[in-house]
Formats: sequence, structure tokens, C-alpha cells
Amino acid sequence: MKRSVLTVVVLAGVVFSCGGSEDSITVYSGRTENLIGPLIEEFTDSTGIEVEIRYGQSADLALLIDEEGDRSPADIFISQSPGAIGFLAERGRLRPLAQDTLALLPPEYRNAGGMWVGMSGRVRVVVYNRDLVDPSELPDSVFDLIEERFRGRVAVAPANGSFQDFVTAMREIHGDGTTLGWLRGLVANDARSYAGNTAIVQAVGRGEIPMGLVNHYYNLRAKAEDPLVASENYFFPDRDTGSLIIVTAIGILTTTDNPDLAGRLVDYMMSEQAQEFFSEQTFEYPLGGGVQPSPDLPPLATIEVATYDFDRLGGGLERTKDLIDESGLEGS
Amino acid sequence: MKADSRVRDIRISRRAVGAPSRALFNALVGLIGLAFLTPIGYLLWGTVSMGGDIWETLASPRTLRPLANSIAIAGSVAISCMVLGTTLAWLVARTDLPGRRVWRVVLPLPLVIPSFVGATALLSAFGPGGLLPFVPRTEGFLGAFVVLTVLSYPFVYLPVLARLRTTDPALEEAARLLGSRPGRIVARVVLPRMRDTVAAGTMLAFLYGLSDFGAVSLMRYDTITRAIFSARLFDRPTSLVLGFVLVTMALIAVAIERLLSRERKPERETRKQQVMYPLGAGRFPALGLLLGLIGVGLAAPLGVFVFWVLRGASTVGAGYAGIGEGLGFLLRPTLNSGVAAVAAAACAAVVTLPVAYAAARHRNLVSDLAAGTVTSLFALPGLVVALAIVFWAIRAPGPLAAVYQSFPLLVAAYVLHFAAQSMRSSRVAIADVSRRYGDAGRTLGVKAYRRFFSIDLPLVLPGVVTGAGLVMLSTLKELPATLLLAPIGFETLATRIWNAAEDGFFAEVGITSLLLILLSGFLTWGLVLRRELEH
Repeated sequence: MKRSVLTVVVLAGVVFSCGGSEDSITVYSGRTENLIGPLIEEFTDSTGIEVEIRYGQSADLALLIDEEGDRSPADIFISQSPGAIGFLAERGRLRPLAQDTLALLPPEYRNAGGMWVGMSGRVRVVVYNRDLVDPSELPDSVFDLIEERFRGRVAVAPANGSFQDFVTAMREIHGDGTTLGWLRGLVANDARSYAGNTAIVQAVGRGEIPMGLVNHYYNLRAKAEDPLVASENYFFPDRDTGSLIIVTAIGILTTTDNPDLAGRLVDYMMSEQAQEFFSEQTFEYPLGGGVQPSPDLPPLATIEVATYDFDRLGGGLERTKDLIDESGLEGS
Repeated sequence: MKADSRVRDIRISRRAVGAPSRALFNALVGLIGLAFLTPIGYLLWGTVSMGGDIWETLASPRTLRPLANSIAIAGSVAISCMVLGTTLAWLVARTDLPGRRVWRVVLPLPLVIPSFVGATALLSAFGPGGLLPFVPRTEGFLGAFVVLTVLSYPFVYLPVLARLRTTDPALEEAARLLGSRPGRIVARVVLPRMRDTVAAGTMLAFLYGLSDFGAVSLMRYDTITRAIFSARLFDRPTSLVLGFVLVTMALIAVAIERLLSRERKPERETRKQQVMYPLGAGRFPALGLLLGLIGVGLAAPLGVFVFWVLRGASTVGAGYAGIGEGLGFLLRPTLNSGVAAVAAAACAAVVTLPVAYAAARHRNLVSDLAAGTVTSLFALPGLVVALAIVFWAIRAPGPLAAVYQSFPLLVAAYVLHFAAQSMRSSRVAIADVSRRYGDAGRTLGVKAYRRFFSIDLPLVLPGVVTGAGLVMLSTLKELPATLLLAPIGFETLATRIWNAAEDGFFAEVGITSLLLILLSGFLTWGLVLRRELEH
């Protein structure tokens, strides 16, 4: 039996280590297969360029690329939030994108240094349980959540990338002092920390907590899975900081040995075809290609489209992390 | 040590005869220990090169509270696993509990449920809005405690079960003939002989409790692993220092265990019919315990999975259309999971055998250090182990570079992370085998390594296989190393579950989890438990 096990190991090793050819590019993707796989297949079908994709958490893959350093086999990084790709930009792991690529998007959706571009947008919302919250009680602004009437009723995910990006944007718009005050207010108001967006949407759906701060996408998924679920999205009105667009992003790594092919994949993500996929299949906001968002979503005009830029922030996300730690929110 | 002079004479002669090969053997054990030291080397190098301040991090209240929480959760989970695992193994192996054969196969299965899936399922199962609204929902310390206990008692259960089947019944029979009551026999005769086996499994449960991130984060309990994850991108020195803290805690636990353990005379190995204890009216509370545990650890998650699948199948656009869509897309991941898990289990058993043998038979500084290092890696979160392997493998020179993100490297990652399970199980098994057989072989002039393979190995095999079985179950649910180090496109059931859970495709999480449990039941029965019954 031992010999047969050994044979299996060796054979499997041979089979699985094959692959990787000249006309192919390697992508590390923080977006899951459901959200990007079909597009990549279409890209391969139309261009003949083979694409190999490694899926994982955006932050873990960014760490992996940084640890791999000069020998990284990856050509492209796709991130679920600006934070993880901003980390790589700061570490000098990203290659400047071509001017033609940058011109495909409005400037607010791309990195000021031209290192990465947004692919699709997700809006920060309040997800609430319609059996526990009357719509008239809902806050006009994210800053209202530290009022007494919301004591113990709000869920947040301080370790989540989108939440941290949102706090970073709040710092740029309102300053560190106001942001720290808001974070401390959440702690004083007994806001509860959850593991992530999905955990919050589930907890709200079953009525464990009346409302929480998440990205709009997750409740749409929950509704698709269970149309009867009691969780609803609420978009802050009047371009409030609470309804901020968080972009998913793509960039090319300095280690690429095929910058032309990699560039074509990045451009493809800005194309009308790809942007329609984001609008119609994943219910996200398209950022370019002249594609309109789903009619079920509030128009972009009513939503804060902040021109935040992570390179311009002093200390970037490290400072955000410090503020969150200092407020005592995390682990509360 | 009150060995009589005759025994001492044999020891002396053994040393004299085996000196050169002993040195070689020590070198081998040292080399294996060195391989297992590499992740710790990465933590140290990273801490120093990134300017991490160990003392400042340790003294910070942001470290101290999670540290206290980590110790509290790991310690209490270890104790409850010790009691539960031992009790269950005894009930299954030595009593007339109804349905023993079924329990035997079902009881190890919760170990294969990834903790984040188990926690999500239990949160969905109980409390207002759950499937069973009348059962109170637990979270925080209690929630993490319940999830981790019901998912990790098999660390104790499986080794104790194997041990209970090979004890020498002579003492128990003698005690019974002398009129001792069954409870007294268990307490005075059976349990003391189980001590090392129970301790080995309890240590594994403790280390797993330290390393877990999925259950504690979903149950909103603030531990060191949560701090490591939240600092991993923007405060890397801190996350590395905290990884080092986990390793240190594991080493301290190992040292304490070593101080407490005493030299013990191995007993005669046996395949005789074991003494059985009729439960009488006690079968009702015993069955109640089993049903309660399996209810929370297996039936509740299974129920939630089935519910998710049915809900998804009845909902248009849920992303997964149910059985009608076919399960073909899961065929390859199932195969990959099985092959990777069996390969990791076999490699872990082989690689750790010399360390286990040295730790059991020729304990010295080298074997202590090697055994401690192998054990401590199990306290680290998988992500830290995976990144450590990346650090070393990406620097591999020349043709060795092809190893990076290949299947053999993935298996090596599993082995590095989980070998503690195999090593500790083998060590206890070897310590329990009398040297008498080997000595008999020596007088017949059989060479040392042949003596080991033809005399010792068959006797310790149940313990070695059990340890390999634990590695197999752990590998089946492994996620971080698989995501970072597997060849591209190498999907396992665990990565499919993660992928679906990440996007909230719960019907797919459900069906894939059911398949994972089915596969592990099949493998555990075929490779671990069936062998035992044959004896």
C-alpha cells in the first residue's frame, strides 16, 4: 500500500506541476471565480490568450506577491478593494499603466499615480432588518449612527478591507479628528464587531442585530439565495459620506514578462462587454464603457463619488488601522 | 528509575553496539527538526528585518488581552476535548453501547468541518431567526468554545480509541476477579495507562485552539490570531511577532508537558479480546451524551447544509440549481482533496517516524528540540505557515525553483503544518511497545533498522495510522496554504467551499460541505478504522 501511495504522490506531482506557456498570463485574483471567471473565459475565447488564475483573499494574495518579490510568477493582481492593491503600489510592486488604459476611465476611479484602475464599484450601505427597523428610523447620515437611538443596534466589520477603505476615505473628507471621534462614538454606542460583510448580512437577516454597515452587493446575493429574507439595503441620501463607492481594482506587476498581453487584459476589463457583465451579472456599478448601472440601484448622481486617493494620504491605511485600534473598536 | 541491574546491563551494551548508527540516527532526527524550524526562522528574520519590537508588542494592552483570551479558549477547549474524547472512546471501545459500530465511524467526522463553516452553520442553526429558534444562540467565548470543542474532540478520541483496543487485559481481569467495581477499574487501571495518549491528543486540541481564526472571528471573540490577521497587511512586524508568540506558547506547553511526564515502563502489547463493561442503565445518559454531541457537532451543521441546498434548489437565480444541475463540477475537487490528503498523511507519518522514535526511545536534547519544533508549528495559523514556505521556496536555487507552487510543495506545506498530529500519535505508540521484542531480535543478530521494520513497526502501526488519519482530516479542510501554494487550477473541496462562502452562495457551500464530510467518512473508514477492526 505504501508503494501505491508513493506512486500516486509522484504521478500527481508530475501532472500538477505542468503548465505555464509563453502565450499565457498569470492572474492573482482577490475577486472570486463567480465574479470574474466568466469574463476571463470570454477574454481567452476572443483573444486566444491563455489566462491562469489563482483565487484567494485580496490581502493574502497581496502579501503573497510581496513575499514572492522579484520572482513572482504573477503578471496581474485583481483586488476586491483599493486597500490591498494600494499596499502593492506602496511597496513598488506595480508597473505604471499605459496612458491609453488610464484614459478609459474617469480619473476618480483610478490611482493618481497611474498604477491601478478600478473595474467595478460597490456602494457602502446600511443593511437593515425590515421587521426590526421602521424605514422612518433610518439615519440620514453615517454620522447619525453614534446617536443614542442606535445604541447597540449597529454592526460593523473593522477587520474588513472595505470598512477600512471607507474609514480612510472619511479621514480624507472630514479629517482624522472627526473620524476618530466617529469611531469612538461607535464604541461608546455599543456597536458590535463582526467578521465581515457576509457575517453581518446574515446576522441582520436572522434578526440578531437590526442593522449594519456593509457593501451593497452582499444583500443582493442574500436575496438571490433566499427571496424571503428580511434584510434590506438602505442607501444614505444626499451624497452622504456613508454611501461611498469602493472600487474593485486591477494592476500589472513589475515582475510581468508579458506587459503587452497583461495590458490587453486590463483594457478588456474597461470594455463595454466587461462593464456590462459587472452591471448585469454581479449587480455592481460599472465605471466605464458608457454602461449604465442596473435600474434597481440608485443612480450614481445621488451617491458620493469621492475622489479619494490612497497615495495622497499620510501613512495611508496604516494610519487608518492605527485610528481603528486607538478607538478601541476592533475586538470590541 | 529503579531498573534492576540486569536491565542496566542491556542498556549499556545497547549503547556500545549502536554507537556509529546512533550518531547517524541523531543526525537524521536533527535534520528533520531543522526542516521544521524553517517557518520559525522566517518569523524571526521578518521580525528583525522589518524592525518589529518584540517587547513593545508584548507589553501592549492590544496584545495582552487577546493573548489572555487565546490561552483561555485554547485551554478550556483542550480540557473539554480531553474529557469528551476519552469518554467517547471508552464508550465505543469498551462498553455495550447500542450502535457502537455506527458511532465509531461517525464520531471522528466533525474534525473535517472547517471551523468557519462550522461556526456559520451553528450561528444559522440556533437562536431567534435560526432553524431551531428555541435553542439559545451562543457567541463570544462560549460560542467559540462550543464550536472548537465539537470540531476538535476527535484529536483525543481517535488516538485513545486506538490505544484502548491494544491494552493488555490481564490487569483489568485481575482487578475484576478481585471484586473491584467497574468504575474503580476504569479509574485505577484503565485511565492511568491511557495517560500519555490522552495527553498527546489534548495537546493537539490546545494547539488547534491557539491556531484557529475562523471560529473565533465569526463568534466575535478577540484572540491573537484575529490580531495577526487584522495586522497582516499594514502592520506586518506586529503580525510576525504575534506569530512568534503563538510558537513560544506552544513550546512552553510542550516543555510543561515534558516536565510533568514520567518515565513509564511500556506494557506488553496485545491483540487479545478486551475487557468489556456493560453499561446497564447507564446506557441512557451515555447515549444522551453522544446524541447531544453529534447533534451539535454534526447533525446541526448537516441540517443547515441540507437546508441551504434545498432553499437554493427551490430559488430561481440562487446560482446553484441543486442536484438537477449535477455534481460533475465537484468531481475534480473531490479527487484532488482525496489525493492531497492521503499524500500528506502518508508523508507526515513517514517523515515524523524517526522523530517519534527518538523522542520515545532515545530522548536527548536533539530529539527534544526536534519534537518541540514539529509540535509548535501546529499552533500557527495556516496563512503564516504558508507565507513562511513561500519565503523559503521562492529563493530555491536553479532547477529547484520549479518546485514553487507545485503539488509536492503543497504536500510539504501540509506536512510542516500538521505533522505534530502524526508525530505525537506515533511517539506514544512507540513508547507503549516493549523493548523486549527488539532485544530478542538483537540477541538473534538482527540489524537495528530491520528490527524496527519487522518487529516494532507492525506493533506501533495502529498508532501511526491513527496519527496519519488526523493529518488526513486536517488536510481535507485546509485552506490558506492550498490557496497560496497549490498549482494554479488545483481546486479542493475546501477551496470550493471558501469560494462559495465568500460570495454568499450558501447552497453551494452546503452541497460541497456534505460531499466533504462524505469523502472523509469514506477515507477514515477505509484507511484508518477498518484496519483496526481487522486485528
